[in-house]
Amino acid sequence: MVTQVHPLIKPTNDLANEPLLKVEDLKAYFFMDEGIVRAVDGVSFDVMPGKVVGIVGESGCGKSVTMKAILQILESGAKIVNGKVTLRSRVHHGDPNSAEELIELTHLHPNSRQMRRIRGAEIALIPQEPMAAFSPVHTVGNQIMETILLHQDVSKKEARQIAVDVFRAVGISMPEQRIDSYSWQLSGGLRQRAIIAMALSCNPRLLIADEPTTAIDVTTQAQILKLLRKLQEERQTSIIFITHDLGVIAQMADEVVVMYLGMVMEKGSAMKIFKDAQHPYTQALLRSIPSVQSHSRVKLPTIAGSIAHPFNRPKGCPFHPRCTHFMRGVCDAAQPHLVEVDEDHFVNCFLYSEADGAKLMDKIETAPPVEKSL
Amino acid sequence: MDNIEPKILQPEGVAPLEKAEPEIEATAARAETFEEPLTTTQEEERISIASNWTLVWWRFRKNVLAVISTVVLIFLATVVLLPDFFATMSPEKTNARLAFIPVQSIHWLDEGQLKPWVPSVEGKRDPVTLKMLWTTDETQKTYVKFFGSSWSYSVLGLFESNIHLVSGADQTQENQIFLLGTDRLGRDQWSRLAFATRISMTIGMISVIVSVVLGLLLGGISGYFGGWIDNIIQRLIELLQSLPTIPIWLALTAALPRTWSPEKVFFAITIILALRGWTTLAREVRGRFLSLREEDFVLAAELSGASQARIILKHMIPTFTSHIIATSTLAIPVMIVTETSLSFLGLGMRPPAISWGVMLQEAQNIQTLALAPWLLTPGLIVIVAVLAFNLVGDGLRDAADPYSH
Amino acid sequence: MSDGMQPLMPKAAASAKPPLLEVRHLKKYFPIYKGVLRKMVNQVRAVDDVSLFVREGETLGLVGESGCGKTTVSRCILRAIDPTSGEIQFREADGKVTDLAPLDRSELRRFRPQMQMIFQDPFGSLNPRMTIFEIVSEPLYVNGMRSKSEREDHVAELLRLVGLRTEYMARYPHAFSGGQRQRIGIARALALNPRLVVADEPVSALDVSVQAQVLNLMLDLQQKLNLTYLFVAHDLSVVKHISDRVCVMYVGKLVEMAATEELFQSPRHPYTAALMMAVPRPDPSSRDIIQDLPGEVASPANPPSGCYFHPRCQYATEVCRTQTPELREITPDHFVSCHRAEELQLAGIKVNQEQQL
Repeated sequence: MVTQVHPLIKPTNDLANEPLLKVEDLKAYFFMDEGIVRAVDGVSFDVMPGKVVGIVGESGCGKSVTMKAILQILESGAKIVNGKVTLRSRVHHGDPNSAEELIELTHLHPNSRQMRRIRGAEIALIPQEPMAAFSPVHTVGNQIMETILLHQDVSKKEARQIAVDVFRAVGISMPEQRIDSYSWQLSGGLRQRAIIAMALSCNPRLLIADEPTTAIDVTTQAQILKLLRKLQEERQTSIIFITHDLGVIAQMADEVVVMYLGMVMEKGSAMKIFKDAQHPYTQALLRSIPSVQSHSRVKLPTIAGSIAHPFNRPKGCPFHPRCTHFMRGVCDAAQPHLVEVDEDHFVNCFLYSEADGAKLMDKIETAPPVEKSL
Repeated sequence: MDNIEPKILQPEGVAPLEKAEPEIEATAARAETFEEPLTTTQEEERISIASNWTLVWWRFRKNVLAVISTVVLIFLATVVLLPDFFATMSPEKTNARLAFIPVQSIHWLDEGQLKPWVPSVEGKRDPVTLKMLWTTDETQKTYVKFFGSSWSYSVLGLFESNIHLVSGADQTQENQIFLLGTDRLGRDQWSRLAFATRISMTIGMISVIVSVVLGLLLGGISGYFGGWIDNIIQRLIELLQSLPTIPIWLALTAALPRTWSPEKVFFAITIILALRGWTTLAREVRGRFLSLREEDFVLAAELSGASQARIILKHMIPTFTSHIIATSTLAIPVMIVTETSLSFLGLGMRPPAISWGVMLQEAQNIQTLALAPWLLTPGLIVIVAVLAFNLVGDGLRDAADPYSH
Repeated sequence: MSDGMQPLMPKAAASAKPPLLEVRHLKKYFPIYKGVLRKMVNQVRAVDDVSLFVREGETLGLVGESGCGKTTVSRCILRAIDPTSGEIQFREADGKVTDLAPLDRSELRRFRPQMQMIFQDPFGSLNPRMTIFEIVSEPLYVNGMRSKSEREDHVAELLRLVGLRTEYMARYPHAFSGGQRQRIGIARALALNPRLVVADEPVSALDVSVQAQVLNLMLDLQQKLNLTYLFVAHDLSVVKHISDRVCVMYVGKLVEMAATEELFQSPRHPYTAALMMAVPRPDPSSRDIIQDLPGEVASPANPPSGCYFHPRCQYATEVCRTQTPELREITPDHFVSCHRAEELQLAGIKVNQEQQL
C-alpha cells in the first residue's frame, strides 16, 4: 500500500519538494437506479505544504464529493472509479518531527485502521454545520479529548490540557470553563471555533474546510476567516477550502480550483484567477457577481441558462450550452483538457491550444462589462 | 483522446456561431430576452407535466413487493365483494357426519384429459378410539367445474348471478367439495373462509374510515385553529391513548348484549376500534397542518387573498392526502388483528357471524390442531392480509413524497 | 421616542416623491413561555421600534445579520403576522393613506393585491402539486377572474414578462431549476399588478451564476411596471446592487438609513461601517482591507443596555452604555441612530472604477 515515488530516495528528508496532497484524475461516480451521476470526473490538483487551496464552484460542481473522496467518506452508492490521491504522511501521525512517507489513500480501504488514523491526525475536516458536528449529550471538551485519545498516546489529563490549549489557540476566552459546556450552550461563532479546535487538536497538516462559514453571519465570518489565516500561518497547516462564495475564496486561497459539473474549469494562483481569468466560465462568473465596490443599480452581465442537472450533463464541455464562446462541432463534441496557458495557470477550454496554451481565437479579448445605468 | 486540430478552431472552420455579436452585447441581450431552450426529449416533457399522483405511482411501481401485495389485496377485495362467487356451498350448512374432513385437493387430469375432479372421501370410525378416519377414494371422482353455475346469489345487491368459481360439474346430485376440509360441525372451511374474509376485512376498513374521518376533522381543527380548542383535543387524545387498550376493548365488547344481532355487533365493534384509532391519525394531521401553515406557498396563497377554506382545500389537504392514505393503509392491519384477537377470545364477533377470529376459535385446542391442521388456514390468511397491507402501506409512504429527491 | 407618532419624512426632501409606505415605531415582540402554566417569562424583541419609509418607484434595501429582525419587519408590513404595536401607513393609488397595522383578515383583503411578496426558497414557495398555470393564476382567480381563457392569456403574458416560455404552463414546479422557479414566483407576485413588492432574500438560495439573471429581471420589471421594492437581504453586495436607499438593522433596531451610494461611501453608524468592512470581496488584493468585528451579535431576548451595539463598538462611551439612541436625520435623507454620528469619521467603500478583469 505504501508507495514511494522514488524508491532510491530515503523518505525522510527528500520529500520536501513534494506536494502534501496530490490528487490525480480523480473520478467519483454515483451509481443510482436512474443512472450514473459523474459527480467528480477527472479532477487533479496539488496541495503544497502551508498553502491554502480554494475549490470554488456552484451546486452540483462536485466540490464536496471531491472532499469526501479524498477522505474516503463517500456515501453508499458513490464510488471512486479512477484516480490517485497521494498523501505525504508522517510515519508517526501528529509528530512534527516524524519521518515521512507517501501513502496512496485511494488504495486504502475506507474503514481500514490506517485510513482512520489518517483522518483526524493527518487530514482533519471542518464541516459546514457546527451544530451537527457535535453531539448534544456530551460536552465539547469530552468530544475533543476523545479525538485526542484516539490519535495520540497521552493520558486523560494531558488530553484535557491539549484541548484547553487548542481552545485558547482558536481564540475562545475562558477555555477552562468553556471546554465543559455543551455545544448548544455555545453561540454560533464559538461553536465554529470549537469545531476548528477539534480539527486542530491532533496537529493535522491538512485541514479540509467544507463551506465553514456558509451558516454564519458576515461579521462572524470575517472573524473565522481571520482566525483560519492566522492558524494556518502559525502552524504552516495546509487548507483545502471549499466554498461557493467567490469573495471568501479571494480572501483565503493561495491557489484556486474552479469547478463546474464535476470538472476543473480553471486553476491557478488566486491573483491569476481573479485578475486574469482565462476560462469563459470564470470570466463570466466574476463579471456576474455584484460587489460592494461596484456601482449600484447597474445591470450585471449574466450567464444565460442554468446549471444542468448532473444526470444530463451536456456532452463535451459541460459549460458549452451557457458559453458565449461556444463553437459548434467542437465544444459539444469532445471534452477539453487542462492546458497550461501561463506558469501554473491551467484552463480547460478549446480556446487554448493543447500544444502550447496559446490563445487560438481573439474572441476571448476581455472587455469591461457594459454599464447601463437605470 | 479527442485531439482537436487547431485548424478546426479557426473561425472559418467552425460551423456558424450562434452569437456573432461581440460578447458583452450578447450577454446583455440574452439577459433581457433570456429564455431557456425547451427541453426536447419526450421523456423530459413527460416528467415535466407529470402530476403528483403520477409521480407517486411511478415510484410506487418500482417497489416490487408493494406491487405484488397490491395484487393480493385486490384479490382479497374481490373476495370481500363476492364471497358467494368463491364459496362452494353455504357456510352455515352443517352435517355432523362430515366433520373434520381433510383437505381435498383438486386433481387436474383425468385419464390424460383436462378434467378437474376431487376424490371422494369415506369415513370409517376407528372401533377402539371412535375416531373418524377419512380415506380418499380416488376411484370415486366428483368432477368440478370452474365458473360453473350453482345456487344463485345477489351481486352487490345489483343483480342475481349463479356463477361460482368452483362448483360441482353435475348439479343434479349432491356434490361434496371440501377444498379446505371441514370443521367440527362439518361446515365447509373454504366457503366459511370466503365469508370470514368479507367480515374481517370490512371491519378493518370501516373502522379505519371512521378513524380517518374523525382524525381529519379533529386533527384539522386542532392544527389549523390552534389555541384552546387545540389544547382540548390534544388532552382528549392523550387521555384516550393512555387508556390500556386490551382491558378497555375486553370490557366494551363484553358489555355488548348477547341478544344483539350480528349486524349490530359488527357496527359496535367497528366503532370501538375506531374510537382509539383516530387519535394517531389526528396527531399526524395536526402535525401536517402545523408545518404546512409555515410553508411559503401557503403564505403566498394567503397574501394573494385566498380564503381560509381555499387554503385548506387547495393547498393543505392535497399536500398530505398521500400521507394520510399511507398511514390509513398501515392502520387497517392493526384493526384486522385486533378484531381477530377479540373474536378469537370470544369477545368480538360471535357465531353465527363468521370472521377470521371466529373461525380461529375452532382451532383453540391442541387436539383439534393435531387432528385437523387445516382449521388454521384463517390464521394464514390473516398473516397474508396483514403483510400485504403493511407492504402496500410502506410502499405508499415511501412513494408519497416524490419531491424528497 | 418621546414625541410619539411623529412622521419620519426627511425635512429637506419634501419635494421628493411621497412615500408609498411609511412604517412608524413598529414593534414585534415574541413571548417566551415556560412551565406548565405557560407563564410568559420573557420576550424576544424581534422588531424593536423601527421606523422607515419607502418612496414610490424606488427600491429600499433592508440589510442585517440573521436575527436582526429584517424578515419580521417585512412580514409585519405584509401583515403575514400581527405587529405588537406601531403603524404601517400604506398609500393607495388614489392618494388615500391607511394604517394596515390594526386591520383584520377581511379588512386586509382589499389591500392584498397591492402588496405582494417574492420568497427566498424557490422550492418551498411553489406548491408542488399545482401546475405553473394554477400557481400563477391563483391570485387572479381568488380576486375574481373566473374565466379560464382570460386567465390563460394573463398567465402567458406574465410568463413572457419574466422570461419564461408560455409552453411551460402545463408543467409542474419539479421540472424547473431554482432560477426558473424564482421567475415563476415573480410572475405570481406580479399577477395582481401590485404597487409594493416585498422581496425576502430572493437570490440567496440561487447559484451564483443565476443570481445576476434574477437581479437584472427585477431591475427590468421595476422600470417597466413602476414597481416599488422592499428588498430584504443579508448580502451587502446584493443589496447595494439593487437598492436606491438602504436600511441597516441590528438586533431589532434600525441603525442607519440613507441613499445607497451615500451609505456605502460615508457610513455614519459604526455598525454599518464594520459590516461593510467584513464583507469578503472577490479580490485577493483586498485582504488587508477586510476587518472583522469582534464579539457576537446580542440576543434580542436579552439585549444590552443603551445602544444595543455598544459592547462591540470601539467608539462606545458612557452615554452609549446608558441611553438608547434615537433615529435622527443628520444630513438630508440620511438617518442614523448613534449618539456620536456627527463626530465620527468612518471609512466607507469607494467604488472601484477599474473593473475586475
